[in-house]
Amino acid sequence: MSSTAIPVGRIIRFALLSLGALMILAPYIFMISTAGKTQSDIFTSSLALIPQHFYFAENFAKAFAKVPMATLLWNGVVVCGLIFFFQVVVAIPCAYAMAKLKFRAARLMMVLVMLGLLVPIHATALPLYVAFDRMSLLNSYTSLVAPFTISVFAIFMFLQFFRAMPDDLLHAARLDGMSELGIVARVIVPNAWPAVTAFAIFSVVAHWNDLYWPLIVVSKQAYATPPLGLMYFRAAEAGDDYGALMAATLIITLPLVAAFLLAQKRFVEGITMTGLKG
Amino acid sequence: MSALSLRGLKKSFGGNAILNGVSLDVEAGEFIALVGPSGCGKSTLLRILAGLDHADSGDIFVGGRDMSPVAAADRNIAMVFQSYALYPHLTAGQNIAVPLAMKRLSRSQRLPLIGSLLPGQREIRTGITRDVREMAGLLKIDHLLDRKPGQMSGGQRQRVALARAMVRHPSIFLMDEPLSNLDANLRVHARGEIVELHRRAGVPTLYVTHDQAEALSMADRVAVMIGGNLLQLAAPEVIYNDPAHIEVARFVGQPRINIIPAQAENGRVGFEGIRLALLEKVANGPVSLGIRPEFVKLSPSGRSGLAGRIERLEFLGSEVIAHCRLDASGDSVIAKLVPHEARDLIAGMKVGILLAAEQAMVFGPEGKRLRIAAGARQEPAYV
Repeated sequence: MSSTAIPVGRIIRFALLSLGALMILAPYIFMISTAGKTQSDIFTSSLALIPQHFYFAENFAKAFAKVPMATLLWNGVVVCGLIFFFQVVVAIPCAYAMAKLKFRAARLMMVLVMLGLLVPIHATALPLYVAFDRMSLLNSYTSLVAPFTISVFAIFMFLQFFRAMPDDLLHAARLDGMSELGIVARVIVPNAWPAVTAFAIFSVVAHWNDLYWPLIVVSKQAYATPPLGLMYFRAAEAGDDYGALMAATLIITLPLVAAFLLAQKRFVEGITMTGLKG
Repeated sequence: MSALSLRGLKKSFGGNAILNGVSLDVEAGEFIALVGPSGCGKSTLLRILAGLDHADSGDIFVGGRDMSPVAAADRNIAMVFQSYALYPHLTAGQNIAVPLAMKRLSRSQRLPLIGSLLPGQREIRTGITRDVREMAGLLKIDHLLDRKPGQMSGGQRQRVALARAMVRHPSIFLMDEPLSNLDANLRVHARGEIVELHRRAGVPTLYVTHDQAEALSMADRVAVMIGGNLLQLAAPEVIYNDPAHIEVARFVGQPRINIIPAQAENGRVGFEGIRLALLEKVANGPVSLGIRPEFVKLSPSGRSGLAGRIERLEFLGSEVIAHCRLDASGDSVIAKLVPHEARDLIAGMKVGILLAAEQAMVFGPEGKRLRIAAGARQEPAYV
């Protein structure tokens, strides 16, 4: 009785999980499938996953021809890279001070960080837009990067990580003659890689995929980020060409997937890094 | 002039007094163990000394120089931490080199890329490498220099931490329970090594521990600190045989000293058959009688001594610990016996408990030691 009950339970569980996975993956599978279909394939009434004529090469060629794909990807890399760089440069010293130094405003700063976590970009979008417009900074990397350089989420995340760092390590560094900035550069940063890598995933994914803010401050293709580029693509004469659109979508999704797979290895390495405690 | 002087150090955290005016002198080349139960303020004292924390009041002098305006890095005080506090991302060799690099290289010479192009830094770096190797040789860790802390055992990390502290030839050496993360065998071995290193280097050392055996076995002088007060600072034998305070007597010695409530009356202390004449004037009232377990004997026949019962026997190889209770007063008394004395004893049996009256110590109601008149003992050796 029980010997058959366990496999049945397992089969049900496995089936449920597979169904869930399929539901999550379905749009992506459909995206890959559509990227390989001709226009007539896409608009047939029957729903087929395998394209009747493999049209991948043509769709990809069209995607590259219709929009400046290289510029879009480059803009994406520059914007995400700059945002991430400044976020880390600002957040690490700030989180270190809040986690390990004693000063009067520490509690107040903690409250401000918590409040900052609650305010979405949409709430401040309009004033920021007006400010950038007044400074004639619309359609620039500055307007794309500047609003995100101070990430309260990063401060909060590093704060939690630094709190777990042993005080003795910092005491030893002070006795060895390091200044507080020296401690940040020589002790905190080299040991903060797990947190930095984890934060990198959140930050880069969020800003690579962000459409809202680039849509507000960028109106020229030269500064368009990948998702914004897709918008131009749709609005252009290829308007109805879903095959090419899906090919373009695939192109801008792949770098993220590749980056994540690479970072995952570093991430796991970072977590297993030990040796602070005896 | 003492190598290190503390004068009336006071510290409190949020209304809780951690240090109540601690004064202490460490002479040149001396090894002082600061011992006390957890939370007695000994680690706080060490952190204040190192400059990592500030005292509310009081002064610190190193070689006669006032240290209060001097930053931690410039005090030339080295510290070994309980957790070793090695930099996890650096190899053992790099760990040991850090204090030298911070001291000898200028700010610009330490910069990652530009620094290596500046004049003079190559010679300094060669000197640092030589000193690191020399120190590694002294501590027999040459083979570990390329390993990271995560790849080393506790004992190896402890040596690297010692090397990092010693390499810059500090004027004072502070150790915060450096052996408590080692297993028991290694700990006894490491005790001997630290004492040996201290003898060779001759740097005055303040060694914090909660282990009274460690303190007694290693130090020239032992400072017993309890509840933020330095109760006694003396040679290990004096601390054990002649404690100045009941807390010192209780803390030092394994098994713990027997404390029996007694009465003082007209300058005499009486308990059962014991009568001791006090040298000091004490108001009539309760006092405490302390007798170390090795000065308690048991009579299996029960014909002599105070009537009592053995509650538990602990066999420890070279000695047997008998936990007894007095029938009359209900006080518990511990006796430390050699095995042949304990041959006829079994748990639960009735025995006579003999106390060596001439070894008894009297403590006043506040715990202060009360001296006994040497010639005043009219009683036989064991009562």
